[in-house]
Amino acid sequence: MKTKMSLPSKLYTAMILLFLYAPIGVLIAFSFNASNSTAVFEGFSFKWYGELFRDSMTLNALRNTLIIAVGSSVFATVLGTAAAVGINAYKSKPIKNSVMSVTNIPMMNPEIVTGISMMFLFVFIGRMLSVSNVLGFWTLLIAHITFNLPYVILNVLPKLRQTDVHLSEAAMDLGCTPAKAFFKVVLPAIMPGILSGLIMAFTLSLDDFIISHFVSGPASQTLPLRIYAMTKKRVTPDMYALSTLIFVTILLLLLLTNLSQTRADKKANKIVKIAK
Amino acid sequence: MMKKFAAVFLVLMSVLSLSLTAFADETTTAATTTTTPAEEKDYSHLEGTTLYVYNWGEYISDGSEGSLNVLAAFKEKYGITVQYSMYDSNEDLYAKLAAGGTNYDVIIPSDYMIARLVAENMLEKIDFDNIPNYQYIADEHKSTYFDPKNEYSVPYTVGMVGIIYNTKVVDGTPDSWSLMWDEKYSGQILNFNNPRDAFSTAQFLLGQDANSEAPADWEAAFEKLKEQKPLIQNYVMDEVFNKMEKGEAAIAPYYAGDFLSMADNNPDLAFFYPKEGTNIFMDSMCIPKGAANKEAAELFINFMLEPEIAVANADYICYASPNTAVLESDDYELKGNEYLYPAEGDKPETQYFHALPKTTLDLMNSYWNELGIAGSSNTALYIALAGVAVVVIAAFVFAAVRKKKRA
Repeated sequence: MKTKMSLPSKLYTAMILLFLYAPIGVLIAFSFNASNSTAVFEGFSFKWYGELFRDSMTLNALRNTLIIAVGSSVFATVLGTAAAVGINAYKSKPIKNSVMSVTNIPMMNPEIVTGISMMFLFVFIGRMLSVSNVLGFWTLLIAHITFNLPYVILNVLPKLRQTDVHLSEAAMDLGCTPAKAFFKVVLPAIMPGILSGLIMAFTLSLDDFIISHFVSGPASQTLPLRIYAMTKKRVTPDMYALSTLIFVTILLLLLLTNLSQTRADKKANKIVKIAK
Repeated sequence: MMKKFAAVFLVLMSVLSLSLTAFADETTTAATTTTTPAEEKDYSHLEGTTLYVYNWGEYISDGSEGSLNVLAAFKEKYGITVQYSMYDSNEDLYAKLAAGGTNYDVIIPSDYMIARLVAENMLEKIDFDNIPNYQYIADEHKSTYFDPKNEYSVPYTVGMVGIIYNTKVVDGTPDSWSLMWDEKYSGQILNFNNPRDAFSTAQFLLGQDANSEAPADWEAAFEKLKEQKPLIQNYVMDEVFNKMEKGEAAIAPYYAGDFLSMADNNPDLAFFYPKEGTNIFMDSMCIPKGAANKEAAELFINFMLEPEIAVANADYICYASPNTAVLESDDYELKGNEYLYPAEGDKPETQYFHALPKTTLDLMNSYWNELGIAGSSNTALYIALAGVAVVVIAAFVFAAVRKKKRA
C-alpha cells in the first residue's frame, strides 16, 4: 500500500501548497512588521495587534460581521434542513426536481444580480411602508439567510437520501411520536450534513462583499465593506493582524473537527470489533 | 460528538462577539476633549439621537496610534451616537445615495461630485448660523466653482497632485510633467489607473484645460499617453505605496499627503509640483437631502472644524487642511510643511476637475480602453492561454478516441 512519492510529484505538491499558502504566509509575516509598510520589514513587533484592539471601528465591523454570520448561518440551517426534509418527502420525481432547481438558482445567479435585485426589493418595500432608511441590519440578515439557504439544502439532501426511510417508521413502531422519531432518529443520522451546511453558510456569510455592499445601511458595516473602503488610501496593517487571527481561528476550528471525527471513527471501529 | 462540536462552535462565536463588544465600548470612552468655545445654543435635546456619517475610508482620526478618537469625543460632548460608514469612491457614494433606502446626515464628497449632487438637487442647504467655526476656513477655499455662494458645502481637506520620484534613480531636480515621458527612466514610471487622472497628466503637459470638451484635445492627450505607454511599468492606484517604498518604481504621480507617508518608509523619495500646473481636489462636508437629523449634522460639521479636532484629523489624514486654526496651531505636526503648503511663489497653477458631459466622458473612456489594448504586453499571455486550451482539448480528444478504440 505504501508507495514513495517520486521527486516530480513531490515538487508538484510543494508547488501547489506554495501557491495556496504563500499569500497567507506573507500576510502573517507582515502583521508582525514594526513599520506600516508592506514593502519593508523593519523588525518584529506586536504593535498592530495592539492597534487592532484599540480600533473601535474595526471591532465594531467585526462584531457586526460575526453577528450576521452566526445569525444567518443558524437561521439558514434551520430553514434549509426543514426544506430539505420537505423536498425529500416529495413522492413525484418531476416536482422534486423542479423544486430543487428553483432552490439552486440563487446559488448559480451572479451575486451582483442577487445584490441589486434585493436592494431594489427592500427599497421598494421601504417606500411602500414609507420608511426612508430601510437598509440596515435586518435587510443584511435577510439577504445573507437567502444566499446561505441553497448551500444548506445542498449539504443536507444527500444525507437524507442515504438514510433509510424505514428508520423513522421503525422508531414509530417502537412508540415514538412522529416528531420524536424525527429528532431522535433522522436528525442524528443527517447531523454531519447539517453541520457542514452550517459551517459553509457561516464562512460564506463571513466574507460576502457584493451582496452586503448593496443591502447594508449606514449602521451595519461589515468587515469586508470596511476593508474595501480602505483601498483609496491604503489598507492598514492592523487588518493583517485581524486576518491572521481569523486564519488561526479557522485553522483551530478545522483541527478540532478533524480530531473529533477521527476519535468518533476510532470509537465506531472499537464497537464493531467488540460486536464481532 | 458532532452535536458537541456544533455547541462549542456556537458558544465560541458568541463569546468572541461579546468580548469584542466589551473591547469596543472600552475604547470609545477613552478620548476626551477640552475645547469649550462660546456656545450660545443649547443642544441637549439632541442627546441620545443618532447621526449617520458617510465618509471615505481612513479619512477621520479614529484613535489608532495614539491619535484622538473624534467620534468618541463627539459622543462624549453631545451624547449623540455617530453611525459611521465608509465608501471608496465618489461614484460609490453617488450610487448609494441615488438608490435610496438609506438616510445619511453627513457626507464628504469631492468637488466634481458636489457639483453633480447640487445640479441634481440631492443636497440640503446648510444653515451656516449653526456653524460658527466656518470662520476658520481660509478665504481661498471658499466660493469654489462647485459651491460659488457657499450654501452647500464646508471644506474638509484639500490636496494637489504632484510627482514623486526616487532621488537615487532620477538625476537633478526635475520640475515638469515631461519627467514621466523621459525615456531614460523607461520601465520605472507609474501612472494612475483611472482615466481621468491619467489623462490629466498628459493634458497638463500639453498645457490643455483638464476640463476641455473639445475632442481634438482629448485625442492629443491620448496620443501623448500612447507615446508614454512603452515607458510605463504599470498603471496603479494604491499599489503605488508599495512600489515607491520598495524602490520598484522611481517616478509616480500622486497626492502630496500620500507622498509624506511614503517618505516615512523610504527617505530617498522626493516630490515636486510640475511647473505646467496640476490638479487640485477638495473634499467637503455636505448634508444630503432627506437627512433625518439635520441639526445634529450641522453640529457635527461645526465640531469637525474646531481647532483641536481639525488638527487631529489633519495629522491623521496627512492631506492639507483648509482650516486656518489648524495652520496656526503649534500642535499640528505638519505645520508649514513645504509640500502640503507650498510658499506663495512655489504654488503651482491648479485646476479642479469638473463633472464632464456624457459625450466627453464616453470619448475619454473609449480612448482609455484603446490605450489598454494598444500595448501588446498581453499578447504573450493570450498565446500562452490559447496554447494551454489547445493542449487540454487535444488531451480530451485523445482520451475519447482511445476509449472508443478499446470499446
